[in-house]
Amino acid sequence: MLDLSKYQSIGAALKDALDQFSNEVCLIEADREREKERLSYHDFKERAHPLAKALQDSGLAAGDRASVIMTNQSKWLISAYAIFHDGGVLVPLDYKLTPDEQWQLLKHSGAKVLITEYPIWRQLSVAEGCSRATEVKTVLVTEAPANAELGGAQRWEEFRGAGEATFAPRTRNDTACIVYSSGTGGRPKGCMMTHENYLEQCVALTSIYPFAPGVRYLSILPTNHAIDFMVGFFGPFICGAAVVHLRTLRPEYVREAFSKYKITYVSLVPLVLKNLQKGLQARFEELSPGKRRVFNAIVAINKALTKSRPRLGLSRRLLRQVHEPFGGELRTIIVGGAFTEPQTLQFFYDLGIPVANGYGLTEGGTAITVNDLKPFRADTVGKPLPGMEVRIVNASADGIGEVAVRSKTVMSGYLNEPELTAETIVDGWLMTGDLGRFDATGHLQLFGRKKNMIVTEEGKNIYPEDIEAVFESLPVKEFCVFAANYIWPQRSMVGEQLLLALHLEPGQTYSEDLRRDISARNNKLLNYKRIHGVVLFSEDFSRTASLKIKRNMLAEQLATLDRASAILPL
Amino acid sequence: MRTLEQTTQEVLDLASKHFNVPAGSLAPEDDFFKKLGIDSLQTLEMLSRLENHFGIELPDYEVQGVSDFRTLASRIQSRL
Repeated sequence: MLDLSKYQSIGAALKDALDQFSNEVCLIEADREREKERLSYHDFKERAHPLAKALQDSGLAAGDRASVIMTNQSKWLISAYAIFHDGGVLVPLDYKLTPDEQWQLLKHSGAKVLITEYPIWRQLSVAEGCSRATEVKTVLVTEAPANAELGGAQRWEEFRGAGEATFAPRTRNDTACIVYSSGTGGRPKGCMMTHENYLEQCVALTSIYPFAPGVRYLSILPTNHAIDFMVGFFGPFICGAAVVHLRTLRPEYVREAFSKYKITYVSLVPLVLKNLQKGLQARFEELSPGKRRVFNAIVAINKALTKSRPRLGLSRRLLRQVHEPFGGELRTIIVGGAFTEPQTLQFFYDLGIPVANGYGLTEGGTAITVNDLKPFRADTVGKPLPGMEVRIVNASADGIGEVAVRSKTVMSGYLNEPELTAETIVDGWLMTGDLGRFDATGHLQLFGRKKNMIVTEEGKNIYPEDIEAVFESLPVKEFCVFAANYIWPQRSMVGEQLLLALHLEPGQTYSEDLRRDISARNNKLLNYKRIHGVVLFSEDFSRTASLKIKRNMLAEQLATLDRASAILPL
Repeated sequence: MRTLEQTTQEVLDLASKHFNVPAGSLAPEDDFFKKLGIDSLQTLEMLSRLENHFGIELPDYEVQGVSDFRTLASRIQSRL
């Protein structure tokens, strides 16, 4: 691993990594059962440097912003590398957002360059938002068919400059990436992450979960997400490890990839982990009663022998049938993006597959706490990583309060949002909006959210105000969207739902027609953004002088209603 | 060569069989996430079944953002 204390920027560290690990396998890309590509670090450099030169020739200069909107693939990382090499600020956007949302964020970020895939560009170039004034001057499109109409874009594969690109040095405090944690409604939240944020986070994480040449990381979480960016790009690269990309994320191909590529680490969202659990449980239930008894006994032995720490070799021998489908070399499943239920974590640990469960948010870097597995604790999100100061603010009698973080991994602020930044980072402490408590051994336990937001099992952060546009002109007096647990705190990280609070016109009733109207509008939202029910409220919503709804006050009023009977299902 | 109507019907039949819901209870305009109560992973499983049935490959990007049977059928139809 490179000594990151010597480096000022991501670009400088990555540049050295390409030379230091020149002959190691860097990237493997597969599409279904076909391996499409296998690149060494040398091959990666051969592809990335001409792109960096061409970007420079087209005018990309240090500090300019350049966006990547792609599925997980080698060209994502090659493009990001080229941007860092040129001193650019990377704006990684979620390829699953709608084209209009992507244009909105491109405009907000001030990106001059957009690098994307042809199918994504096909939709972007005809979207309404395309006419919105942005600063995007250069569009590069990968994998476009030979006769495709590119609408002003250029082919990524042909965009190569002659000669060597000039490396643009950056300092640790310069912005490396603008990462949108959530919010594509009225107030996009672009976290400005510095080079120092990433360098320090990488040192902290690799001290517990080390990468090295020969280690293979399966990249499934979108690379624009903080976790995959760190453990599926920067982390493995500065250690000479390999990253495996799958162009098709169907469960059968993901399963096959584990054994075919002997995967060492993988990151998953809780939803996928739970799905894996269900699949394994179904397999165990098919065993005959006799075999089941033997299997349960072996699991019990494994559990006893790994009580204080994981013993991977032993577990693999004891539970060969479980480990073989995972390729036999899986060290840890990293789970993130949302809260994972303890029983799921325990299930895998008992089978000898440790799950690195932690806690983090984009604003604080990739991870703030991680379970160090010494010993494994399913009921907590682990201890603070080296270099992280974590404290509980305004704790109640039971020790539960807001989690606050101070470290070199905390963002410098939200882009163009000084007030929001000042509310979020107070005296150097990042106020996370999550409720937590430390136990006697220094492990952090989480107990819900203080913020009006939800996090889905797929790791999506949803701010209710961002989805209100779809209900505009609804024939009611007024409405407001809430996270149910914000109104009625549950001290729980599961069962989060969105609700539509309605104030009807005088004499109006909650008719079947109105319910259908709400349901039809709701269906226009992506499935994970949909509301689950309606709450009727008979008083005027409290508003500010500028007529904005006072959400916190309204939530307090709604909280006087009985949760179970107040929520009318759609 | 199938018509779009035939393809749509086959998609509905296969989905009702795969998720054990009564034949005829699904309509082309139905949102399959909601009607079948499935998540994104279960949708991927359904897509694999559909690919096998129709003998095609449906890249992930083609079904990105699709949530109703009719649109799904039209994406399949374009690859037949």
